[in-house]
Parts: sequence; C-alpha cells; structure tokens
Amino acid sequence: MTTVAEPRAADREVSPVLAFVGRRLLGAAVSLLVASVLIFIGTSVLPGNAASVVLGRGATPAAVQKLEKQMHLNKPLTTQYTNWLGGFVHGDLGDSSIGLAQGQKHAPVWALISDPVKNSLILALITALFMIPLSLGLGAIAAVYAGRPADHAISIMSLAAIALPEFVIGSLLVGVFFVWLDVLPPVAIIPPGQSPLSDPTKLILPVATLLLASLAAGIRMVRAGMVETLQAEYVMAARLNGLSERWVLWRYAMRNALAPSVQVLAQNLQWLIGGIIITETVFAYPGLGSLLVTAVGNRDLGVVQSVAMLIAVVYVMLNLVADLIVLLLVPKLREPA
Amino acid sequence: MTGRLRFMRSFSGAVGVTIVVFVVAVAIFGRYFAPYDPNVPVTAPLSPPSSHYWLGTDFLGRDVFSRLLYGGRSVITLAALATGLGYLIGMSVGLVAGFSRSRIDPVLMRSVDVMLAFPPLLFLLVLISGAGTGVQVLVIGVAVIQAPGISRIVRTATLEVSVRGYVEAAIARGERSYAVIVREVLPNIMAPVLVDSGLRFTYSILIIASVNFLGLGLQPPASDWALMISDNRQYIAIQAWAVLAPAAMIALLTIGINLTGDAIARSLGRSYVPKTARSAVI
Amino acid sequence: MSDAPAPVVQVEGLSLGLTTGDPVVEDVSFTVGAGQILGLVGESGSGKTTTALALLGYTRRGVELRGGSVSISGQPILGQGISNLRNLRGKVVSYVPQDPGGALNPSLRVGDAVMDVLRAHRAGAASLESVKASLERVELGADPRLPRRYPHQLSGGQQQRVTIAMACVCDPPVAVLDEPTTGLDVITQDRILAELARLRDDDGMAMVYVSHDLAVVAKMADRIVVMYAGRVVESGPADEVIERPRHPYTRALVSAIPDFRRPRALRGIPGVSVGVGEWPSGCAFVPRCRYAIDRCSEALPELSAATPDHSVRCIRWRELASEGADPGDGRAAATAVEAEDEALLQVDHLEVEYRNGRRRNTVVHDVSFAIESGRCVALVGESGSGKTTIGRCLAGLHPPSGGRILFDGSELAAFARNRPLAARRRIQIVFQNPFESLNPRHKVSSSIERPLRVLRGLSQGEARTEVGELLDRAKLPRRVGDRFPIELSGGERQRVAIARALAAKPDLLICDEVTSALDVSVQAAVLELLSELQRDLRLSMLFITHNLGVVACVADSVLVMDRGSLRESGTVAQVLNTPADEYTQRLLSAAPCLPDGAYS
Repeated sequence: MTTVAEPRAADREVSPVLAFVGRRLLGAAVSLLVASVLIFIGTSVLPGNAASVVLGRGATPAAVQKLEKQMHLNKPLTTQYTNWLGGFVHGDLGDSSIGLAQGQKHAPVWALISDPVKNSLILALITALFMIPLSLGLGAIAAVYAGRPADHAISIMSLAAIALPEFVIGSLLVGVFFVWLDVLPPVAIIPPGQSPLSDPTKLILPVATLLLASLAAGIRMVRAGMVETLQAEYVMAARLNGLSERWVLWRYAMRNALAPSVQVLAQNLQWLIGGIIITETVFAYPGLGSLLVTAVGNRDLGVVQSVAMLIAVVYVMLNLVADLIVLLLVPKLREPA
Repeated sequence: MTGRLRFMRSFSGAVGVTIVVFVVAVAIFGRYFAPYDPNVPVTAPLSPPSSHYWLGTDFLGRDVFSRLLYGGRSVITLAALATGLGYLIGMSVGLVAGFSRSRIDPVLMRSVDVMLAFPPLLFLLVLISGAGTGVQVLVIGVAVIQAPGISRIVRTATLEVSVRGYVEAAIARGERSYAVIVREVLPNIMAPVLVDSGLRFTYSILIIASVNFLGLGLQPPASDWALMISDNRQYIAIQAWAVLAPAAMIALLTIGINLTGDAIARSLGRSYVPKTARSAVI
Repeated sequence: MSDAPAPVVQVEGLSLGLTTGDPVVEDVSFTVGAGQILGLVGESGSGKTTTALALLGYTRRGVELRGGSVSISGQPILGQGISNLRNLRGKVVSYVPQDPGGALNPSLRVGDAVMDVLRAHRAGAASLESVKASLERVELGADPRLPRRYPHQLSGGQQQRVTIAMACVCDPPVAVLDEPTTGLDVITQDRILAELARLRDDDGMAMVYVSHDLAVVAKMADRIVVMYAGRVVESGPADEVIERPRHPYTRALVSAIPDFRRPRALRGIPGVSVGVGEWPSGCAFVPRCRYAIDRCSEALPELSAATPDHSVRCIRWRELASEGADPGDGRAAATAVEAEDEALLQVDHLEVEYRNGRRRNTVVHDVSFAIESGRCVALVGESGSGKTTIGRCLAGLHPPSGGRILFDGSELAAFARNRPLAARRRIQIVFQNPFESLNPRHKVSSSIERPLRVLRGLSQGEARTEVGELLDRAKLPRRVGDRFPIELSGGERQRVAIARALAAKPDLLICDEVTSALDVSVQAAVLELLSELQRDLRLSMLFITHNLGVVACVADSVLVMDRGSLRESGTVAQVLNTPADEYTQRLLSAAPCLPDGAYS
C-alpha cells in the first residue's frame, strides 16, 4: 500500500514556523524603515526650509538661522536622518520645533507626549475591549442567521454606520445626548496629570463614536468570512455525518472562520488609529491624536516627526501580532510550502 | 448585458442611487438656487431657523442654507479627482504587474505591501505638515494613499484573467502585450474593480472631509460641509442646524454610495455564472 | 421477488423542487437490497445529486420536498425532525462526498474528524482504537502517524479513504456516494472502487452510487437507475441495462462512451441536456431522440415494466427492442490516413521546467516525438504527467528549458510573439475549459473573426462571411454568431473554440483535454466533429487527454507520459493491445471500460 512519503522534520533545513516568523519580522522592519523615510521626507525635506516654515512668514532671518542650528538643519540630510532615527530607537524623541523657536534650550518631545500617550492608550483599550467581542459576536450572528431579520437588521445598520466619518458620528451623538437629552458632556477635556478614568462619563461619547465608526466595518467583514465558511463543503459534510448543530458551528465553521476574522480585527484596530485622531479632536480629548493635529497645524515638525513614527510602530506591531495569531490558528501555514 | 442594470431592481440599490443622485445634484447645482451669498453675514449669528433663513445662521451670521447649497462641490470634486488619479496610477501598475508576471512583480508587490502598512490619515497629516494645506496636497496625497490598494486588487484580478483560455489564445496568436491587455484583459477585470470602487470613493470622501474638519484641508471662509461642522461645533447647543444639516448631507452621500456599491457587488457576483455550471449543482 | 429480503432502501414517488417553483426531481422510485450497489446515473440537470442528498433528508438551500417517501432499514427519512435526522445520518445512512479535499475540515486532524463522527453516534465507543480500526478498514492503518495528520498533508486518494472511513465507522447499512472518484487519478480511482467493492462484499453494506460515468457504474453496480430531466427513464439490473438498454437515452449514452477495447465511431447525442425550469410537456428527451414521434410530446410516458425488474419510460420501447443496434458509421477503428513520411512537427529532447520563486520543477524530461502530416497523435497521461505543458510549449505559451521544436523543418521560437506569422497561423490550440476559452465580453462572431483578421489579414467583410462558414463547419447554427458566450452551453462553446482555431487554417491542431469538462453525451459529439474535421481537412492533431477510451476512437498513434517522461509510443493498436511498458499496462488495467457484452 503506497502512502505519501512525508519528509521528516529533520530533513527540512529551516522550520517553516521560524521561516514564517522571520519573514514577517523582516517585513515589519522594512515597513518601519520605509515609514521612517517617508516621515522624514515629509517633515524635513518637503518644506524646503523647515525652520522658516515653523516660524512663519514674519520671521527675521536671524531667528530663522538660530532655529536652523537648533534643528540641526545645516547638517547633510542623511546625517539628520540617521541622527533622528538613531535617537528614536534609543528613546530620544527629539525636540519640539515650536518649543525651540520659543527660545527653550531643550523642548523634549518625550515630556510633551507622556500624558497624551497614556490617555490615548486608555481610550484605545476601552474601545478595543468592546469592539472585539461585539464585532465577532454580531458578525457571527449575522452570518448564522443570514438572510433572516436578525441579519438584515445588523447588516443595514452597519452599512449605514460604515459610511459615516467619525466627526459626523461624534457631532450627531453630541446633538442627541447633549443638546437634546442633556445627559452627557459634549467635550472630554481632562486636566493634565489627571487620569481619564477619574471621570468616566466624559469617556462615554468618545468611545461610542469610535465604536460606531469601526464596528460596522468589522461586523461586515467578519460576517462575510463566516458566511463563506458556513457554505463550505466540509460544513455540509459534517451535517450529513450527523454531527450536532452546535458542534458543527463551533468546531467546523467558527474554527475556520477565526483566522480571517483575526486579520479583519487587526485591520479594524488599525483603522482605530485614524479614528482616534479625529475623535480626540472632536471631543478635545488630550490624547496623542489631538496633540498630533495641533502640531501639524502649528507646523511643529519635531513633534510631528516623532509622534508619527510612534504611531507607525504601533500600527506595524498590530499587524505582526495578528499574523502570529493566524499562524497559531492555521495549521497549513506551519507546513513547508 | 442585462447584468448592468439588474442592480436597479434591488430595493436598496434603487434607494442608494436615488440618494446619491439627489446629493450630487445639490452639490453641483445647489449654488444656483442659493438665496443668499454664502460668505456674507445676513443677520445676527446663530439665529434659529425662520421663514427668511430656513436653517438659521452660523456663528458668523451667514445663512446656513445657502452655505449648505454651496458646500458639497468641494468634497465631491476633490474626492473624485483624487480617486481618479489613484486609479490611473494603480491600474497601470496592477495591470502590468499582473500580466507580465516578470521579475519586477514581487518587488512591486512588496512595495505595495509596505505602503499599505502605513496609516493613511497619518500619511496625509505628515504630508500637510511639510507641504502645507492646499488642494493639490490633498488630491495628490489621497491619490497616493489609494493607489497601492487599487494596484493590488487590479493585479489579483489580472492574474486570474490572464490565465484564461481567451487571453492565452490571443497570446498564442502573437498579439502584442498592449493589445492583449486592452482588448482581452481590461474588460474582464472591471467587475471586481467596480465592486471595490464604491467603498474606495467613499473612503476618499471620508478622509478628505476629515482633513477639512481638522482645519488642515480647505481653509475658512470656504463653504465646505466638513468645515461647517468644525466651525459651528462649539455652538451646537445654541444653533444645532449649522452642524446637523451639513452632517446629514455627508451622511446621505456616503450611505447612498455604499448602498449603491453594495447592490452592484451583489448583482455582478451572480451574472457571470455559466448556465450549465449552475444546473450541474443539481 | 417475494422471497427476496426486505429492501434496505425504499424510495417511492420522491419529488423535489425549487422554492421558486420549478420541479427538480419528479416521481423517483427505486429500491436497494442489502449488500447491493445501485448506480444512479445521469448528466447535468438530471437531478441525481438532489435525489441522493434527499436520501439523507437533506435539501440544498432553495430546494424543497414536494412529495414521496424514503425509508432506510424501515425507518422513514423525510419529514423527520432535525434531531431525529441527525441520529440517522451517519448511523443508518451515511454520505461519501465528491471532493474529499473540500469535504474535510482543514483545521482538524483526520483522526479527530473520524472521532467526531463516532462521538456523535456512539459516545461510549469513541476511542482511539475504534478510530484506528476504521482507518485500517480502508487500508490506511499502515502509517501510525496518519490520524495526527491534517487533510492537506494527505493525497487525494488518502483523503477519499478518510471520508469513506467516516462514512463506515458507525457501520451504517447504507452509504450514499456522490461521484466519489471524479477528480482522482485513474489508478487511484481503480483502487478506491476495489475498496468499495470489498466493503460491500465483506460488510454487506448497501450503496447508492451516483455518477455520470457509466463505465464506472457498469463495473460496480448491481442495479442501474438512469435519470434524465429529473425523472427515472430506465431502471433495471446492471448487466441488462448495459447490454440491452431499452430507453433511447440509455442507448445513446452507452454508445457515446469511448471504450478503448472496442474502438468504434462515437455517436454523440445532439442537443443540450434539459436544465431545471426547461422541462417540456411530454417526454423530455424528444428534442434529442432519433426515434421521437409526435405522440411522444403529447404526454409524459409512464414507466412500463419491460421485465419484472426492468422498467422503461418510453412509449416506443417495444418497437425499439426488436430493432437491433444502430448501424455504425462503418469506421471501426481509426483508419490510418495515408500519411506522408516527413514529419510536420518534430520534438527533440524537450525539457520544460516551472519556476516558483527560487524553486525549479522539471515537468517534462527528455521527450522526443514526431507528428506527420494528417496524423492524429494522442498524448496520454495522468495529471502532473506534463502532457498539458508539452501542448503549451508547442503553442508558444511556455518556453522550453532544453531541446528544440521543429515545425516544417525550421526551429520554432519559444514564445509565440517571436514566431513568424506563418508558424503562428499554422499551429492552433483549443483549451480544456469551455467556460474560459471565450472572452465573455465579446460576441461569438467577434471571437472567431479575430484570427481571421490578425493571422490571415482578411478585411472586415471577408471575415464576416467566413465566420458563417466556420460556424457551419462546427455544426453550429449561424445565429450563434450574434450571441455572447454566457448564452451558450459548454459543448457549444467548445465548438466555437474549435471554429476559432480552424479560422486560421492551421496545419496542426493541439487539443488540450477539450472534452474533459463536458458531459459524456456532449463529449461524443465534439469528438465526432474533431474526427471528421481531421479527416476532411487533413489536419495533424495532437490530442491531449487522460481518457484511454477517447484515444482509441480518435487517434492514429499514442504517446504515454508519466511524471514528465515518455514511457511508450506507437500506433494505437500496438500500445492499447500489447503495451510494452509497465506503467502503460497499469494504466490500461485500471481504466474503467464497459463489459464485453455492452450495447453498441
């Protein structure tokens, strides 16, 4: 009886799992490198003379020169880049250009962002805490009851919500809960040094806005993935073998729908980053996003550089973690190609 | 091809198209019906709706209704231009990469992956911090954001179509690559591209509107729906219409495009199933 | 019949239809005794799969039960609540699916998958031993690590054995098998069929074997039920149905099956099979039946019993029974056309590889052969043998990595675009998949015109006239020219593809598995057309196929390929009757063919 000759693990040169992880890490590193180049070009190369951009039109040539020196703009581009990137990797996030322009000797970005980072993280975590189970749950319900009223309701609502930008949702929510019902505050201003958790009512609308904006996309994609899985041949075969419906749903359908769902969720969490920037602005929430927006408005290139890089790192990390989780879930990927 | 108009028969598709047509009409032609100049204050700021000023006035005393009629063109035009430019770039890259499958292909696709790994709004913000606010920055920036995703979809569709018999028959006839791409490949990848375009156009609108809202796109005193929202937000308790009216218009536009795109996707998905394959299921 | 044991499957008056109204299956009745195999035969649109699934109480979405009853081992199936049904499925009646790769849960190890079935029905007996025992029953017991493997780590044959193990693990008295060997290698298919026969003999399992492949069914089944357009048209003992078919459709089906042991002119069934929603009043086979008379369309014929256990649904069966076999066309074997001695095509030491990133896979190794003018050469092999790759190289779609190809004395460039116009025109290829060989956005006439304009430089007007002539040659009505491919059936599309190839006035026609994706009845018609064209136009043909029966009916000489190497070559008579190579011998013994007494 011939059986398929399987190459033993010892025969292979490199474990496929290691190869997969290695490739992903390399990809992440390359992405971050390219991101750093893009950010650097955007903030140091594009403006032409970054110093005069920071100071504005009414700047005296002397002031411009002084700022140039402080921003190290007189050094060659590649040196600037390596200095910045080197510093970043070691935790030195550079100086705020506006701060320097105002005459401060050092205006470390790190000091500026320590509170906002905390605030944004809290906002993001709370939202994620709701978003993940809700996406999976509602998406699964919509898929299992596809075509029936429950699905229609969920699908129509998400189709509508997915279309709305965060600032529209935010404004509408403020309109309902503040102007009309007067139960929630219209802004979420947290005094510096205070934890956002000390006044949770302020967090409700921002979290709700973020949830509504990103949940819709997540539900649609989770639903699509699960519907496809539910229509798979092996699900039908399992039913025809007499397995109970619950068993079929969990072990045959959900188990295989999980991997694509993880990727969907990761993508959603990434969108959350863009959404946080807007939502923080809408509610004047002192997080990294509103800091970034203010910095862009003020042309504070030093802050923009480092904060953007920080956000890019988080973005890429999310992707990486998602890929690793998928590796755990999909046995086929652990095989040599 | 009956498939093209079949989506009209679906209720949501019809609703979607109606909404989109309505909003686009308001955006393009609204200004010819505006009762007042959108940039000139007409009465006290933040006045409630009245028979003269149907939606009241904004924080500077300008007529909200007139500003509403003027405010759609910017977002729609910019989004259309940006998406169009993105398609120009993305389709060319995707078609060539998918058809030639040459050595450049993996390099191209790695770059696309890397670019897609960068948060879009962040990219725009970085761009604006360096290049300043302005229409060109917005259009080019959004086009650059959209192009990699488009090229990936086009490439996948092209790969799939390029191995089909009719494309290979054309290659075997010795026809030049350009002719084969245009005649045989392009018409047959339009279905998935079209399906993707709805959501993509919506995203362009969303991101441009968001940037405008942040005050980093179009600058006051431009009449732009997103700007109107950000300008009048803090006064929402006094005169909600200045915020809610433009919010409603943006909402209608994006929901309409989504409904239409969804209906198109569903109808296109069914129209290419060959007759006998279907009965083979039975 | 009264002393026969009670039938273990009893289907009576089964009717199913679409929820939108059209009937799919009507008034189907049959029985299966213990340890018997019933072959349920039909083509696309016949309703055989819907019927088979109904035996498990299952209807696909959009399909509903309209009437009738099914009882298995005395237990009624239809109308049961879902929890009762679940009890019965797998324990009283089980299912073996068509595509094993898709039917196994990709994230479940195969041992666990079998265990699941055990657990669902026999909670107490669910143990590793029982799983191992069931895998041994299907000859998968040799490798102790197999239960820990995932489906994608198994070959197609192994996967199918696993699904058979799952279907047998609770010892159900009946198994329903839906085309279980379609998509498997001929040699693997042969082994699986032997497996199934053993299960029937040793364990007394009754089976309902659904297939479109009459040759396979003839080999396995004790009784055959033939379905057409949702109804049973003939049913009887297997050998009787094959040797003395009574219904015109069955007759035509049997004569349409290519059999390499008795090569004869194949006669296809004209027309297209009837799809759901297209049922005419009266007998559904009328448009394609050579014996149809007016009365046939007036009312649906009843099932009459020709003998106590052989029934036919035809009003003319008595007259037809006395009529003998239809006279053939007088072309017993492929008569060798007087060939010229110089080779039109010469292939020398061809090497072809596929590159995937850094990996190189040699797909064709040191293959040499020649095709003379006017001869038809068959290139035979299983999937992965390299036969399609050779065809693509000849057509200029894939570059060889070694060796050369000489056409009419001069060496051919690797890619078509680098070849002279004459070479591009004189070599034409027809592909396997009819649903992808025509551009769906172009009208048929436009697709056929293209080579006329590009390769023969005809003007618009000249091209249009010639399109009409080409359609005639391909036996298609001229109005097809104005249609889009989506409006045509698979067989019609292949004919258009052939017409398009002929438009260039080629000297060499490469046919790459052109009939593999078609129904048997349609296949024969297309093969008929190709033989005719080859003779009339004195075409050289390279006929690529995996079906040995087809080879016998169409080709003059044969090349046998196995995993990239040429194993044997010679005339059809030589290779098929006295194969010298061991692989060829294995292939021939595994190929299903009709029993000797089959109707022809």
